[in-house]
Amino acid sequence: MNSIWMLLISISVAFAVIGNRLDEFTKAFFDATKSAVEISLFLLGIVSLWLGITKIIEEAGLINHLANFFRPLISRLFKNIPAGHPSITSMTLNILANLFGLGNAATPLGIKAMNDLQTLNKEPGTITFEMMLFIVINTSSIQLIPFTVIGLLAELGSKNPTAIVVPTILATIASTTCAIAILFGFRKAFK
Amino acid sequence: MKTIAYLSSIIIPLFILFAVIYGAVKKVRVYDSFVGGAKEGPAIILRIFPYILAIFVAIKTFQASGAFDYARRILGGVTALFRVPVEVLSISLIKPLSGSASMGIFTDIVKTTGPDSFASMAAAVIMGSAETTFYVLAIYLGAAGIKKTKYLIPVCIIADAVGIVIAILTVKLLF
Repeated sequence: MNSIWMLLISISVAFAVIGNRLDEFTKAFFDATKSAVEISLFLLGIVSLWLGITKIIEEAGLINHLANFFRPLISRLFKNIPAGHPSITSMTLNILANLFGLGNAATPLGIKAMNDLQTLNKEPGTITFEMMLFIVINTSSIQLIPFTVIGLLAELGSKNPTAIVVPTILATIASTTCAIAILFGFRKAFK
Repeated sequence: MKTIAYLSSIIIPLFILFAVIYGAVKKVRVYDSFVGGAKEGPAIILRIFPYILAIFVAIKTFQASGAFDYARRILGGVTALFRVPVEVLSISLIKPLSGSASMGIFTDIVKTTGPDSFASMAAAVIMGSAETTFYVLAIYLGAAGIKKTKYLIPVCIIADAVGIVIAILTVKLLF
């Protein structure tokens, strides 16, 4: 992230100077702070809400049932997580929320999952393979039916807005499989 | 389609109801338990705020400085060789960076090329099968306080590029 951030900022300043877009650059700079505060305030509410809900199911012992149900699937991918660890539940809930396209639930649960995975990390500043796998599954998008997009297509006059469902599902499955394969490939190469 | 849409809108209310009732049956003090869990929220957000700010500043200035348009012009020459419309390239470049900007560009593509054009179809599939990668990275890495990311960033960038090619190919093959 360090080099990417530096690269983006330097390129932007260079382009702003050369293309004489300094005012636009400065405006975007301050607009970004406003967006960041707005998003954070939104997340503050929604993250706290889901932490509250998951706390209830945690204390009710539902965690173990959920974990048992999904363990075969999760433990095949995430090999180094001990049975019954809370990260299994938060990852499972995050993945389910993602499948159904519930972004407002998926992000908070993902944040919780990262915190849970961090408790297993022996070198706290360095990422673990489990975290990378979890992040790659999240960034490759696993939503099955894109409701927002279908809604927009319908609103803008598409004759058959649901025609994109099948290609989207196929593309999602193929791209997530590739993303996971690429990650495992990199692990092999870096060993 | 209607039933699927209905199912997806009822999942969250049902899940919350289920959590509360299940908790009550198991003799959990659900209100206290909810408040106890929610109490951890502000600390987490305070911790990830600087990461969100950093990624937003980088992405917004990148767009405003004209650098984004320049990158699109350069890559446009390459994608034209493969007969990929420039609109599809725009959405491919913006989707990993910004959710709201990609929604705006998507609406624009559908309005200008028509809802049933190849560009609209491909853009729709890309919208549905790609994520706002850098936002997710900033938040998740920030939440756990990770500084050394090993080979994660190149994996995500390659996976995004492969994902977008797959999306375009799928639409080319099916329509």
